[in-house]
Amino acid sequence: MTVIILLLVVSISVAALFLAAFIWSVKSGQYRDEEGPPVRILFDDKRTTTIDEP
Amino acid sequence: MATTEVATTCYHCGEDCADKPVLQYDKVFCCEGCSMVYGILQQSDMCDYYAITLNPGLSQRRPVRQNKFLFLDDDKVRRSLISFSNEEQSFVTFYLPQIHCSSCLWLLENLHRIQPAVISSKVNFPTKEVEVFFDHRSFSLRQLAELLTSVGYEPYISLRQSGAQKPGADKSKLYKLGIAGFCFANIMLMSFPEYLGIDVQEQYLSSVFRYLNLGLSLPVFFYSASEFYKSAWKGIKHGFLNIDAPIVLAVLVTFVRSLYEVFSGTGGGYFDSMSGIVFFMLAGRVLQDKTYDQLNFERDYTSYFPIAVTRISNDTEKTVMLPDIHLDDTLLIHNEELIPADGIITRGQALIDYSFVTGESAPVAKEVGEIVYAGGKQVGGNIEILVIKEVAQSYLTRLWNRGEEPAKKAEEERSFVHLLSRYFTWMVFAIALAAAGYWLVHDSSHTWNAVTAVLIVACPCALLLSNTFTNGNILRLLGRQQLYLRNAQVIEDMAAIDHLVFDKTGTLTRAHGGTVEYDGRELTPELKIQVASLAAQSNHPMSKAVVKWANAGRPLTVRGFKETAGQGVEGVIEGRNIVLGSRKLVGLENAVKDAFTSAVVYLAVEGEVWGRFVIKNAYRPEVPELFGRLQKKYAITILSGDNEGERQYLSSLLKPGSQLLFNQGPEDKLRVIQRLQQRGIRVMMIGDGLNDAGALQQADVGIAVTEDSNCFTPASDAIMEVGQLGALDRILRLCIANRRVVMIAFVVSILYNIVGIWFAVQARLSPMIAAILMPASSLSILLITYGLSNVAAVYLRLKKTVQTTVHKN
Repeated sequence: MTVIILLLVVSISVAALFLAAFIWSVKSGQYRDEEGPPVRILFDDKRTTTIDEP
Repeated sequence: MATTEVATTCYHCGEDCADKPVLQYDKVFCCEGCSMVYGILQQSDMCDYYAITLNPGLSQRRPVRQNKFLFLDDDKVRRSLISFSNEEQSFVTFYLPQIHCSSCLWLLENLHRIQPAVISSKVNFPTKEVEVFFDHRSFSLRQLAELLTSVGYEPYISLRQSGAQKPGADKSKLYKLGIAGFCFANIMLMSFPEYLGIDVQEQYLSSVFRYLNLGLSLPVFFYSASEFYKSAWKGIKHGFLNIDAPIVLAVLVTFVRSLYEVFSGTGGGYFDSMSGIVFFMLAGRVLQDKTYDQLNFERDYTSYFPIAVTRISNDTEKTVMLPDIHLDDTLLIHNEELIPADGIITRGQALIDYSFVTGESAPVAKEVGEIVYAGGKQVGGNIEILVIKEVAQSYLTRLWNRGEEPAKKAEEERSFVHLLSRYFTWMVFAIALAAAGYWLVHDSSHTWNAVTAVLIVACPCALLLSNTFTNGNILRLLGRQQLYLRNAQVIEDMAAIDHLVFDKTGTLTRAHGGTVEYDGRELTPELKIQVASLAAQSNHPMSKAVVKWANAGRPLTVRGFKETAGQGVEGVIEGRNIVLGSRKLVGLENAVKDAFTSAVVYLAVEGEVWGRFVIKNAYRPEVPELFGRLQKKYAITILSGDNEGERQYLSSLLKPGSQLLFNQGPEDKLRVIQRLQQRGIRVMMIGDGLNDAGALQQADVGIAVTEDSNCFTPASDAIMEVGQLGALDRILRLCIANRRVVMIAFVVSILYNIVGIWFAVQARLSPMIAAILMPASSLSILLITYGLSNVAAVYLRLKKTVQTTVHKN
């Protein structure tokens, strides 16, 4: 039943990847500003047309 | 009529531009300032600003003084603000209180399109800060501040900023939570074979799982749970058994017993329960510790005093940092600038707005030779003052520093949860001992099992969970009601209050939109119109209030109009010479005045004094009803810095016997609170100005009321948007309900405990039963606390989110 051992290793390493992602997200300050990013993603990079009356 | 109503809002800020709209770039603006901002943005092809949000700007009616940011050229000031700098780039963080919408975000992050020397800029929305990297070889800090000002975001630079950087939010709890969650989930998974049994041929696998669990539990035991060890140890050092002590005991016992079982090969241990407990409790703590980053409860005078002022020595102006101001220095105070130290006016007409100090918004006129106190804001022309007390020694700053002295009792000793946990702990010990005694007599091999099982099952984590989760949820509910608490302990303190002390000015009365009362010789209708016509010529708040009072129609023509800054206005209307202004302007000399009295305007017609207008602040409409409801349960005291003029009205609102104190200085207010506390009364102070700072700190709960939570508020336990004042009674009831919810959840958890202990004392607690009981009790407690506190909020009509109003002024 060595396949179980293999599965164990795989499952724990996948979980560890997620843990690492979580730690990275905390470290990079993603929990500091929760309002900015959802707005920021909607901005176009460059728009040349000017909009008149909104 | 119809045409004027259609297009009279400003394209930039959305404000009504009824009187004189500025027409430029085919758009309508309310003032030159707004149209200038539009011009700058249009030049850089950045009109997307207006496409994201409708009228995103803020009114630019009040122009920013030129050279306002001259002090940023000073090397010392610059160094204190810039947090990082190399040969090419500098990094600076500015606080921009105007940030309010996605357009702001977009504009501020595209600054590099207006000014290429800006390398990058990033907005932190909740704290309203912008972080800018810029090339300081071609672009100075002062130019950056001026650029921000020119697009409508004037940086707010205070003395506080020059000090140490704000400590970043504590992230260690989040890490601990993440790791505990990871380990808990994996341990649960690996424990399944233990619960369900394993084939005989595959027995070796079971020990693999056990050792894996052991390995996974190590980070939980040594890292994630360290939070609780520290707190328990701190309590024990102070000779106090706090709620974390029995929890640490339970974690320790579970861990040791599980180690023993794994190494001796007798069982799988309870690693899953242990890591689960730690995970859920950490989650509760993280939830409860939710802080309001954008608010600052520790504000002292430094966060609102300017960083530097202009000093005049030998007829030259020089920028000095505030700590470098000395006695007998002459300071130049510009319009809209704050007076940083007590001083005597040596030149110019002072009109001081003490609203930060007293909550009274109408400015007070001061003349040469009079003393002005630190904390007032000059409105009008420039003045010069001679410093008579250094910044740290000034009347208000001293008061502030003194208010910090009464150290609040250690938090641990106040909460009823800790008291409860102590009884609980003794009970558990008693049961464990009884079980031990029983098994020693009957079958001593079971003793160890039974005792450890009791300690594992009966850990008061449910109590802690119910407490932290309820507190966390209530904090959030109150936050949505725009009442922001410093921490969860304040909820309990609020529930225990029995006396409320209100400040009058600015708290019970409205800071803006006061009414005018006239007092003097009667005015004929014609004269009334004439006075109003004169007042209509001026933009001063007092004049505006007079116009509103007169309620006259079209203004008449005023000839020979003259406005003396800080003094008043005069002019000839229908042949009559009318003067509106200070005592001096109308010819009344040698006045006796208090430090911060409310504003008065005198009226003189043809050189003869007719009477005076007194600005009276209107009471908030919700006050009478609020007092009626509050007085069913609480005693109320009202403190006022003003004179007794309104005693009658106020006493009609209060129950007989309530205290009403007038002419109260900041020290008096503090003493009133102290006297009440000496009688064993728990006091809540509700105030707004700097003059309440001492009392707010002394009180068991101090709530600072503010028109805008981003504005200045004195240090306090809670900050409340003033619109919510009417809900105060319901908020207090919610705090009391908080305690009940905790108790109910606790009772439920005890039921689970009884079941657990039933198995434990019989030495029949299998990992399976522990694994079911632990998450089941934790989850049901979560549901109960969350559900009940929300039900309470709905019942008290505190559920709906209050819309945050954007203060455009």
